[in-house]
Amino acid sequence: MSDTTETEENEAPKIVLPDDTPVDLQKELRLSNVQEVLDQLDKELIGLKPVKTRIRETAALLLVDRVRNKMDLSASSPTLHMSFTGNPGTGKTTVALRMAEILHRLDYVRTGQLVTVTRDDLVGQYIGHTAPKTKDVIKKAMGGVLFIDEAYYLYKPENERDYGAESIEILLQVMENNRDDLVVVLAGYKDKMDTFFYSNPGMRSRIAHHIGFPDYSAEELMAIAKLMLAEQNYRLSEEAAKALFEYTKRRMTMIHFANARSVRNALDRARLRQANRLFNSAGKAVTKVDLMTIEAEDILASRVFQEGSLDLDGDEGADVEPVVES
Amino acid sequence: MMTNYGNRVTQGQFSFLPDLTDEEITAQIKYALDNKWAVNVEYSDDPHPRNTYWEMYGMPMFDMEDPAGILMEINECRKTFPNCYIRVMASDATRGTESVKMSYIVNRPSVEPGFNLVREERNSRSQGYTILPYACNKPEGERS
Repeated sequence: MSDTTETEENEAPKIVLPDDTPVDLQKELRLSNVQEVLDQLDKELIGLKPVKTRIRETAALLLVDRVRNKMDLSASSPTLHMSFTGNPGTGKTTVALRMAEILHRLDYVRTGQLVTVTRDDLVGQYIGHTAPKTKDVIKKAMGGVLFIDEAYYLYKPENERDYGAESIEILLQVMENNRDDLVVVLAGYKDKMDTFFYSNPGMRSRIAHHIGFPDYSAEELMAIAKLMLAEQNYRLSEEAAKALFEYTKRRMTMIHFANARSVRNALDRARLRQANRLFNSAGKAVTKVDLMTIEAEDILASRVFQEGSLDLDGDEGADVEPVVES
Repeated sequence: MMTNYGNRVTQGQFSFLPDLTDEEITAQIKYALDNKWAVNVEYSDDPHPRNTYWEMYGMPMFDMEDPAGILMEINECRKTFPNCYIRVMASDATRGTESVKMSYIVNRPSVEPGFNLVREERNSRSQGYTILPYACNKPEGERS
């Protein structure tokens, strides 16, 4: 990277630059503020290595494209429609939000808004209802990112008169014709999305980026838990941290484990128990530290420890007994 | 009528200017959206100045962020009614009613035949005037 100030020359139109014109990519990076977003992404999202790599690559591509444009090396703008596949609670929605911001900073989308929809928002109830409904959503998402959660519900192979196919057709058309106006992100669970793409090859070929979200390890989940608690001004005592780690490891082997979402639910329940514990400890003086700290007993009271299993529907549910201090 | 070359209908904004390009229309829509106005697209084959209420093409578009969606709607309307007048309106809801803040024509028929001025003799030599658009000589639906 050279530090020469070539920018004045670059901005002048109709000047064919020599092939060895130096390019200051670092400067472009600073100007776009995208590094800030990427750093934030690194800090706030634990794990997710392949996802981060892909976002970095995309950002680099758009940045290089921008520099190329300045040098009159125009190419057609890349398609950025994406599919996010992964198990529940692996951060697909969170990343989609970030994606909108990154694409906005790189001037790929104009507004940086994220419109989140599911099948209900796209598919109508009767004949002739679907097209206007889908178009309405698309029009609202123009200039930003359209995030279709649980996208595999759009297509129901067992019902050939399902209106979802109509919606998909309109989406495909817009994804092709309005590439500069709209980025479509489909998200869903891996196996179901695979079936969805298998039966909609048009959709598969129009999506350039298929990003898989891996499951978190127990250590990563612990880091996420600490981040969540810090956001809400809570912290774990040392024993509580150990208990939570144990809890996470046990919970991971059980059914309906939803990664970060399960951890969040567990923490919410721990907060309930903590409040109850403070309430029941009448007579003792409660300090600010007590209000902030979650103790081991708040976590150990969970059904995962008490019975070693969950409800039939996979919900951890309420506590067995409120723990009374001895 | 040399003052109005080609019998161009002049109603709404920008109608004395050359036809707006798509970029100019986009910029105008952007202005409306920045003011939080709802935008809708209307068409008509009757250019009479007193013909106030035109047919709406689709629903008015609320809560839009970007002009591209509305331009898409305009282009669809142009494709469906290539020989009609099409106008874009923006309405402001801050006063509790959707009051029209912008209105401009974005599509015209290829030929605009203009108006016939009819003079009517009335009592005691007074004169009444009526204008009739030549475009309305045929019944509705057969005009374009």
